[in-house]
Amino acid sequence: MGYTITEKILMAHTDLKEIAPGRLINARVDIALGNDITAPIAIREFRAAGGKKVFDRDRVALVLDHFTPNKDIDSAQQCKTVREFAFEHGVTHFYEGGQVGVEHALLPEKGIVLPGDLVIGADSHTCTYGALGAFATGVGSTDLAAAMLTGELWFKVPPSIKFVIYGKLQKWVSGKDLILHIIGRIGVDGALYSAMEFTGETIRALPMADRLSMANMAIEAGAKNGIFPPDEITGEYVKPRAKRPYTFYTSDPDAVYAQTIEIDASQLELQVAFPHLPSNVRGISQAGGVKIDQSLIGSCTNGRIEDLRVAAGILKGRKAAPHVRLIVVPATPLIYRQALKEGLLEIFMDAGAVISPPSCGACLGGHLGILAEGEKSVATTNRNFVGRMGHPKSEVYLAGPAVAAASAVLGRIASPEEL
Amino acid sequence: MILKGRVWKFGDNIDTDAIIPARHLNTSDPAQLARHCMEDADPAFITRMKPGDIIVGGENFGCGSSREHAPIAIKAAGISCVVAKSFARIFYRNAFNMGLPIFESRDLADAIAEGARISLDSAQGSITVEGLDRKFSISPIPPFMEQLIADGGLMKHIAGK
Repeated sequence: MGYTITEKILMAHTDLKEIAPGRLINARVDIALGNDITAPIAIREFRAAGGKKVFDRDRVALVLDHFTPNKDIDSAQQCKTVREFAFEHGVTHFYEGGQVGVEHALLPEKGIVLPGDLVIGADSHTCTYGALGAFATGVGSTDLAAAMLTGELWFKVPPSIKFVIYGKLQKWVSGKDLILHIIGRIGVDGALYSAMEFTGETIRALPMADRLSMANMAIEAGAKNGIFPPDEITGEYVKPRAKRPYTFYTSDPDAVYAQTIEIDASQLELQVAFPHLPSNVRGISQAGGVKIDQSLIGSCTNGRIEDLRVAAGILKGRKAAPHVRLIVVPATPLIYRQALKEGLLEIFMDAGAVISPPSCGACLGGHLGILAEGEKSVATTNRNFVGRMGHPKSEVYLAGPAVAAASAVLGRIASPEEL
Repeated sequence: MILKGRVWKFGDNIDTDAIIPARHLNTSDPAQLARHCMEDADPAFITRMKPGDIIVGGENFGCGSSREHAPIAIKAAGISCVVAKSFARIFYRNAFNMGLPIFESRDLADAIAEGARISLDSAQGSITVEGLDRKFSISPIPPFMEQLIADGGLMKHIAGK
């Protein structure tokens, strides 16, 4: 009996000779990640357990990206806690200030996470790295503490759901639209406890930025991880970035899947998730007309240079509607610099945008773009729960960068084809 | 473990932003987090609940963000346990790792109203409801999870090894 890519990576991080879904295993962790919100609890637990030394200073990543630049005194205290811990333990991958980016954009960009890795992060969107053919999953702070201490963690081997996606994507349609469509189809618990494995001709042709957007939102279907078979596109992305060896794993032809779902993507239109669940998805033809107060382009889902290029292509020579606050958040310093070099930032500023420093702040309702009562925002982020971006009576509409940019100009949820 | 308490009912897909909104995550102090427990699902909850009360949820309880602040807020508010039809996976492991008792019961939520008084017996794997002549079963807890609870959470489990 063959194994899926997820099963192979998990098994390779144990001494086991066989593995099966449902089995509880203890596995070695390649990278353990925390941020300014989740790491303080992990550090407290680490110290309470008598932790004196992290298991490997090169394999812990601490990224101060959520409530930074520090939004208030309490946030500054939390960052201070993590910074002191990072220095005390000589943590190699510690990022803040002008070096910090949104963690799930930053770690792949710097080659810290690689194909075949087992990555845990005290942040639910850690599943992003599955785009590289890694097993990556979000955990809690206590899990992070355990991993930082021992270099291992317990896992239940997940069953895998295989998505076979075929057909050429229409103009403007991106990985974000594909994943929104999938979540709309299977629901926010449609892949609960499972691995989502994305395959098929559409996937083979899909650029890395789109794969990262898709894997990022696997958690929004309840999945343990989302994963892409590594291929030439993976190799091109990883090769110039990696500073240690990595392994391409692929599923065996006779691997066992709990379910196989085929999707014809050729007719897929731009997608929008209405409040208050990422599964509340409509095609753009059924989504128009909602007047918006804000458009947010950024986040670990869609804050990469490719996303900014799409948005800038639409915003060039145009202006955001007078009642719309347009906020652009380049996800990392490198993306920011690249956008500057390519003239994208000027296009955004000419369109009336605020350009934010790299931060998760606005996406989770921390700071740098909070909504008031009754306000509506279209956002290229990943969650539209009640109160996610501010007041409990505000609303978030999830979409890709093309819809976010077009909506900013027209002042309502719109397709770029309407411009 | 026998837990008795009054029920607070919540629906499906109660996400961790509803359990503890991100605007309060500039602290990890349990007492401060407890003050905002369930704030965006029911703002009156925290002023009306009493220590020992039980939260009963629907499907996919605790979905969304991995923030351990969510089970911390629930535990620090004095909630004795959470019973739901199903749990999101990160919330599930967080609860066992940090010591908030949680139980899965497919039928309980639909059979009772808010304010019901229930008694949960984890050894028997059953729940009884005051004034209701019916027993509800709890999904068995995997042995590893039982060990985690017995050891007092993940960090103590590791320390014991």
